[in-house]
Amino acid sequence: MAEKENISLEATPEQLLYAKLLEKGMYIGLLILLITFGLYAFGVMDPYIPLDKISHYWNMNVNDYLHHANIKAGWAWVGMLKYGDFVNFIGIAILAGITILCYAAIIPTLLKNDDKVYAVLALLEVIILTIAASGILGAGGH
Amino acid sequence: MRKNDKLWMIILFCLFSLMLLASPAFADASAVAASDGHAWWFWPLVLLIVTFIMGVVAVLAGVGGGVLFVPIISGFFPFHLDFVRGTGLLVALSGALAAGPGLLKLNLASLRLAIPVALIASTCAIIGAMIGLALPTNIVQICLGATILGICALMLTAKKSEVPDVPKADKLSSMLHIYGVYQEASTGEIVDWKVHRTPMGLALFVLIGVMAGMFGLGAGWANVPVLNLLMGAPLKISVATSKFLLSITDTSAAWIYMNKGCVIPMMVVPSLVGIMLGSFVGVRLLKIAKPGFIRWMVIGILAFAGIKALSKGLGF
Repeated sequence: MAEKENISLEATPEQLLYAKLLEKGMYIGLLILLITFGLYAFGVMDPYIPLDKISHYWNMNVNDYLHHANIKAGWAWVGMLKYGDFVNFIGIAILAGITILCYAAIIPTLLKNDDKVYAVLALLEVIILTIAASGILGAGGH
Repeated sequence: MRKNDKLWMIILFCLFSLMLLASPAFADASAVAASDGHAWWFWPLVLLIVTFIMGVVAVLAGVGGGVLFVPIISGFFPFHLDFVRGTGLLVALSGALAAGPGLLKLNLASLRLAIPVALIASTCAIIGAMIGLALPTNIVQICLGATILGICALMLTAKKSEVPDVPKADKLSSMLHIYGVYQEASTGEIVDWKVHRTPMGLALFVLIGVMAGMFGLGAGWANVPVLNLLMGAPLKISVATSKFLLSITDTSAAWIYMNKGCVIPMMVVPSLVGIMLGSFVGVRLLKIAKPGFIRWMVIGILAFAGIKALSKGLGF
């Protein structure tokens, strides 16, 4: 762990590693999102919900939307990637998931620096975010 | 603004508008939706334009896009609050992801300060998201309206301190080695910083996390005062760490909303593109704009949106 006397203007190695991964993930996620949205909006891929029907759904609450559109919540979108609207979830999932990867990546560096407290905190964050992402916390409507 | 930047922004904006207008259903007469008499592409296109303006205004007023998005879009667009909150979180998340790497590399956002705070805020954001999705919409609307009015009051009254006086770091922050240095670009001065009142600050992040998850607002409006005024981090470190912090807090809540089904790509993508392009323009307009006036305008708009959310929730 860095001692106060040795504080530097430069970011720590784990901070730089985190930043690099976050940047890559952000660009990849955004690029994929823009491409898939193009495929969807230009009609290259057929959507699950036809474009001219979508405004019937967005004023419903999420339960009614899922029920009327016959969509399952959680990770069910993975099985619907052949549809133009659901293929957009790849980019969204990358944007929402990159932080988990960043945290996981800095744990070895923290341990190498004997920064056990922060390694444990980072591990706990990975667990918390993975639980949130997994869908086990009540996916499927309320 | 550099010529290339301008060109890219115009191209992206036009391409996006074109995507919406050139969709197969656009030319089809049956594309007119029965629900509100508009063609399906009308609201996504308006969303793109409004979020673009929102992105410009947010930068000029020094607030996050997320805090403007939820009250304004839920108040004046036909989208249900469930989808607006899901989209709002992704908007705030994307803004944080875009800014985070640069702020971390410059050592303005502090990972050591963010990690303990983020663990608490992101855990509580999950709880907030679950509460927000379990409560009836009108109750959430009322709470949202009250929160927005509270944010207006905070914006009107909260002071900022460039480099707060922290006589002594508290035990917890010393144990966690939360301190650092940065160079003030305008003066070249090296600023040595540390924090105090860490336990109280962490306790407040419980509340901030719950509210961020419950309303999908992002939480920069609350992060900065706590980090700066309470814990004593310099303003630059507080703003940068807060922005980065959103990438973690909003990630956890965004997954809850996504797994519940509260994400409609036709709302998310135009909003993300609009707000990001708007932010680019906003940054470049900062030199010539009058932020004071814009800040007042934002407070006015937020107050109006807050009252609208309250009246919606109360059924007036």
